[in-house]
Amino acid sequence: MHPRLELRNICKRYPGVIANDDVSLSIQPGEIHAVLGENGAGKSTLMKIIYGAAQADSGEIFCDGNPIAAHNPAMSRSLGIEMVYQHFALFESVSVVENIALSTSSAFHLPSLADKIRELSLRYGMPIDPHRQVHDLSVGERQRVEIVRCLLQAPKLLILDEPTSVLTPQAVVKLFETLRQLAAEGCSIVYISHKLDEVQELCDSATVLRNGKVTGTARPKETTSLELARMMVGSKLPEMHVSPSVPTEKPVLEVRNLSAKARDHFGVDLEDVSFAVHGGEIVGLAGVSGNGQAELIALLSGERTHEQSDAIRIGGTAAARLRPDERRKLGLAFVPEERLGRGAVPSHTLWENTVLTAHRFGTVRNGLVNRRKASGFAAGIIDRFKVKASGPGATAQSLSGGNLQKFIVGREIALAPKLLIVSQPTWGVDVGASAFIRQTILDLSRAGAAVLVVSEELDELFEICDRLLVICQGRVSPPLMRKTTDREEIGLLMTGRTMSKDTMASGSGDVALQD
Amino acid sequence: MDLFIAIFTGTIIAATPLIFAALGELVVEKSGVLNLGIEGMMLMGAALAFWAVTAGYSMPVAILAGALAGAAASLLFGVLALTFLTNQYAAGLALAIFGSGVSAFLGRGFGSEPIEALHGVNIPVLSDLPLIGPLLFRFDPMVYLALLMFVAISWFLYRTKAGLVLRTIGESPQTSHAIGHPVIRIRYMAVLFGGAMAGLAGAYLSVAYTPLWVENMTAGKGWIALALVVFATWRPLRILLGAWLFGGMTILQLQGQALGLEVPSELLSALPYLATIVVLVLISRNRQMLALHFPASLAKPFRPAN
Repeated sequence: MHPRLELRNICKRYPGVIANDDVSLSIQPGEIHAVLGENGAGKSTLMKIIYGAAQADSGEIFCDGNPIAAHNPAMSRSLGIEMVYQHFALFESVSVVENIALSTSSAFHLPSLADKIRELSLRYGMPIDPHRQVHDLSVGERQRVEIVRCLLQAPKLLILDEPTSVLTPQAVVKLFETLRQLAAEGCSIVYISHKLDEVQELCDSATVLRNGKVTGTARPKETTSLELARMMVGSKLPEMHVSPSVPTEKPVLEVRNLSAKARDHFGVDLEDVSFAVHGGEIVGLAGVSGNGQAELIALLSGERTHEQSDAIRIGGTAAARLRPDERRKLGLAFVPEERLGRGAVPSHTLWENTVLTAHRFGTVRNGLVNRRKASGFAAGIIDRFKVKASGPGATAQSLSGGNLQKFIVGREIALAPKLLIVSQPTWGVDVGASAFIRQTILDLSRAGAAVLVVSEELDELFEICDRLLVICQGRVSPPLMRKTTDREEIGLLMTGRTMSKDTMASGSGDVALQD
Repeated sequence: MDLFIAIFTGTIIAATPLIFAALGELVVEKSGVLNLGIEGMMLMGAALAFWAVTAGYSMPVAILAGALAGAAASLLFGVLALTFLTNQYAAGLALAIFGSGVSAFLGRGFGSEPIEALHGVNIPVLSDLPLIGPLLFRFDPMVYLALLMFVAISWFLYRTKAGLVLRTIGESPQTSHAIGHPVIRIRYMAVLFGGAMAGLAGAYLSVAYTPLWVENMTAGKGWIALALVVFATWRPLRILLGAWLFGGMTILQLQGQALGLEVPSELLSALPYLATIVVLVLISRNRQMLALHFPASLAKPFRPAN
């Protein structure tokens, strides 16, 4: 019997990089096959080649034993290959059924399509209402829409690109059930991920990529995570040094009864948010994106002000009506989620980017920029935080995501803040740089600064935080001590349920539906 | 009673060119393209239609000529904005200025003689009804065509797959392209349609509304149509109501001038423009509705990635 999909010696070069170097793999019908690798290992390029969105420079692709010659996405669809993208290809302003109608070639009859969607989504245990508008859906629900869209084509091979990065733990469980059911019906699944535990739980086989090359194949269920991690990273994993925290008596950041309306239709209202962050500790804010994090961060950083000035206190000073620069004078430093555009000006050099927040540190005098000081400041950050860049004159956009993030975090830490607010510190950053950034944040807090980390990665929060908060639909939970809580509890809070008895009794199965 | 009939019919007639131009621009903007050159396209349509009448062509041919002139002018914009990806604001403004210049040049030979205007319809029985007849059934055919276009465009945008494709291209051309829709081709068709509609609006002005040629005879109606689309939050029904409001204010201020109100006539002439914008600003304050109907990719150049 022929494999469902076979790749032979695929090579793909982009200017300056070899994205795929002699990659071969084969997938049987009904098999769940993981493609494991770090960011930048060449996973996404390989998927584009399989789907036909990019052409390999050399190598062959076989589907059910037949070679695919001229490859493109339309050809893939006709062969039954469907792909769920990491960033969903959905239109926000129209409904679920309209979105799906746009990519199907069948007659334009929405009611019958809606019935089909409802029936199919129920059969695979991920109910969606076809008439809801997409902008009202959570990320998890949007992913279901994408998957149902693929399932409508009765695929023989389904490609999922990092599908769980935005899901709650409960929604992940639910997704895995669906995927197993699909595989049992004979559909092959290519599962791209860098999360070892998921791959070990779900996948029958795995191909590991590093720097575009296959560094190993494995049966994940029979392989230890350490072995898999070695294949992925190639060297020893960096270790985190977490020393116990000694929090200050008085909080550095204090938020009390903060309520705010969302700024637009796509935002979330904040309701009565209260918490405190003390010097010397790291507090993590967990939650699925789009639950009010953006609003809270804007209010904390000063991008948005609030008329009730003592709703936010920084170092004891009522700060809610202060502008961002006035808050920075109180000792606030801030690393936003978007590196390019908010954290740094993409087309400007690194030294120019340091002036943006370090203007009180001698880089600007009498309204004039002191180039030499600014250059020195940038060079110091590059040196101290091991940023790979050609020098202070490199543009921000020329750095890789991880290096730019190191530079921005370094710039903010160089300001010697009393309070650091970091949003998604390691999004899209590879393992090595992530560990470095986390360690840097830890060191800053142990030196006495208060740190608030907003992240969707539970692993990260559990690794570095002393206390955890959970935000859901604009409400923030009471703090939980990292040492006494677990993923289960955090996950439930992320879906808006508390650990009361009646919700425990209903089981976790339908919790995922609530996200 | 005669005064009421005069005000009512005057309102409908004055609104007609705005309905054409604004509905056309709505379709263009819903596809994510901003064409600021309505004024120029209307003037081209007005000049060509007027010329066709003086050259002895029949009324339908003249009006068609106006539509084609508007479409041709919009093609210029389309090539600049869609093929060469120039800034859409700049290309649209250039078209507005270009259109007024070219139409003035063409119009030098037109003279100042009025032509015979487009006739009202005469439907047996209906047009002869008392009250109802003069109120509803004696307009010229273009008035009915404008209303028909309103129904057709509303149906197209919200009930057909092609309309859905057009709207989603206006939200995210990247996603549409990834799904396999021909973004540039559809945007060209929208731009040409918008141009033809602006041409019809111009033709209506020069062969029906004020059947003579005056330089820059659109007098800013193209800009009002543009504002109508924005303040109507990209919804056809609000465009229709806004156009009628403008028409009503135009007729009322004319009546006011005729009655000899103690207000400078220049101020009265500005009233329809002012009133329309104030009312539309007031109804478009709801930011949520705005966010829902606003074409998110408006005026952003798109080049399909390979």
